Amino acid sequence: MTKNDALARMLTAMADDALIQGHRNSEWTGLGPIMEEDIAFSSMAQDKIGHAWALYRMLQEDLGGQDPDAFAFLRNEKDYKCCHFVEHPNGEYDFSLMRHFLFDHAEAIRYQQLRNSSFAPLRPLAEKLKGEIKYHTLHANAWITQLCRAGEESYARMQSALNTCFPLALGIFEPDEAAEAILVAEGVYPGEKQLKEMWVDRIYNLCAAAGLNLPAEDGVTPAYGGRKGYHTEYLQPLLEEMGAVFRSDPQAIW
Amino acid sequence: MYGGGYIFDEPNKRQLKEEQLHDDPAKLAEFEARIARGEKIEPGDWMPSEYRRQLIRLIEQHAHSEIIGALPEGTWITRAPGFKRKLALIAKVQDEIGHGQLLYNAAETLGKSREAMINDLLSGKSKYSNVFNYPAETWADVTVIGFLIDAAAIVNQVANAKGSYGPYCRALERICYEESFHLKQGHDAFIELATGTPAQKQMLQDALDRWWQPIMHFFGPPDKASVHSQKLMEWKVKMASNDDMRNQFLDMYVPKIRELGMTLPDPELKKDETTGKWSYTDPDWDLFKKVINGGGPCNVERLQVRQWAEEHGRWVRKALMNPNAAKVAPVA
Repeated sequence: MTKNDALARMLTAMADDALIQGHRNSEWTGLGPIMEEDIAFSSMAQDKIGHAWALYRMLQEDLGGQDPDAFAFLRNEKDYKCCHFVEHPNGEYDFSLMRHFLFDHAEAIRYQQLRNSSFAPLRPLAEKLKGEIKYHTLHANAWITQLCRAGEESYARMQSALNTCFPLALGIFEPDEAAEAILVAEGVYPGEKQLKEMWVDRIYNLCAAAGLNLPAEDGVTPAYGGRKGYHTEYLQPLLEEMGAVFRSDPQAIW
Repeated sequence: MYGGGYIFDEPNKRQLKEEQLHDDPAKLAEFEARIARGEKIEPGDWMPSEYRRQLIRLIEQHAHSEIIGALPEGTWITRAPGFKRKLALIAKVQDEIGHGQLLYNAAETLGKSREAMINDLLSGKSKYSNVFNYPAETWADVTVIGFLIDAAAIVNQVANAKGSYGPYCRALERICYEESFHLKQGHDAFIELATGTPAQKQMLQDALDRWWQPIMHFFGPPDKASVHSQKLMEWKVKMASNDDMRNQFLDMYVPKIRELGMTLPDPELKKDETTGKWSYTDPDWDLFKKVINGGGPCNVERLQVRQWAEEHGRWVRKALMNPNAAKVAPVA
């Protein structure tokens, strides 16, 4: 595997995560528990989908990849490298909010590290994205904190959502050994294990402050498979929906 | 979007005159003089009870139209073709929800809470623009909505922004500013289909044919059948007649549609160049009434979606009302 192959694997996984998470966020449009949350999830959807687009463009421009629209909307399921966490349907607001909290802190840490990447095109993009994701994590923190102190039901829902989400969230950091070895040696990024440790440190403190118990890592099975192209039952229908119009005539301009 | 030119009234509402008798004549005269001088009425000011009632209904229906109007287009966000269209559509629908928020806030200044308004929406007591009781069947429908329904709404909203109630006018000014971008993106997507492949053109023509009657309904019944009194015009609650707004819309947009080679499903539609008035086949006003009263293709579905949001979000709203609950101590 060349360095460029390894880079393409990493960027594809990051972009696919952002695209699918953005798609899920956009599904809250019109359905939020209050209008302000509708607007917040729409706004984050735009950011995430915009992040995916920027990463696909980087793949095209710097690594000889395909047209971003074709790559994003026309691949087969097996060629997507998103983690299982983002594929799950939105469920109730508690699941969506907890996913947003765990996912966005993982993103914040990843882009913070990528600001110092040896892969030059990533540095300015990481700087920009980190600035946007800051508002996503602030939003998540505010809501988690508030709901955890607003009585029994909302607290219980948050804890239960955390228990459900935590093993799925560990799947964000699924190792991709061969590519990672190259990327770490080349100084592109610190590797998944290190990112995961920083993430656990950060969310442990935030959870503790909200009165939530973070499940122990060794007591759960991380939801791996996505980075290797093995997906949940939820991804294929999502892709069919997402590409429905585009696939009807990929040559046409929409 | 989405004012809609028509204020739906409750059935069997008493006539205006009788209610006016309750208002102090001196205060009423002063109020009407202020409006005649072009002053804005602000929330703390004295106003006739009928003025308050009509404004609440107008702004509330407008707000409902924004959040219900987000649904037909919202269902296409996940299917929008390509990054450019997808991002534009999410941003647009998000704006509409934001307009709903602004408008509920404006209506709240008149004394009805957002919760009460949403409850009236869900119970069917309060209406929203009829046009959203039709389905967006294909991507082309989204472009027709984004171009023509937004355009129609702008005609109505620009007029209302010159009305007499300060908070509503200020909300509308901001809304119109954002709507003009929506119109641009709708027009752009519309042109792309109109100048695209034969399949795209056909898809667009079909959508236009489906939407033409709802669009003609949009501004409400013809003036000769309109129940709205002169009073609402004098009070600057209603700023233009239904027929005038419809004529203005036709004048601005029929040429834009035709110059793209698209046709409209009304052989009578033409402009009299001497009077400047458009003539057209009267749309089916019985159908209009039937749809208002729940008989449209999507009335049930639209309210069910709102009902879902209401029920599934209740625990969140309840929790927000409970900010002082003791912080839960960590178990470990």
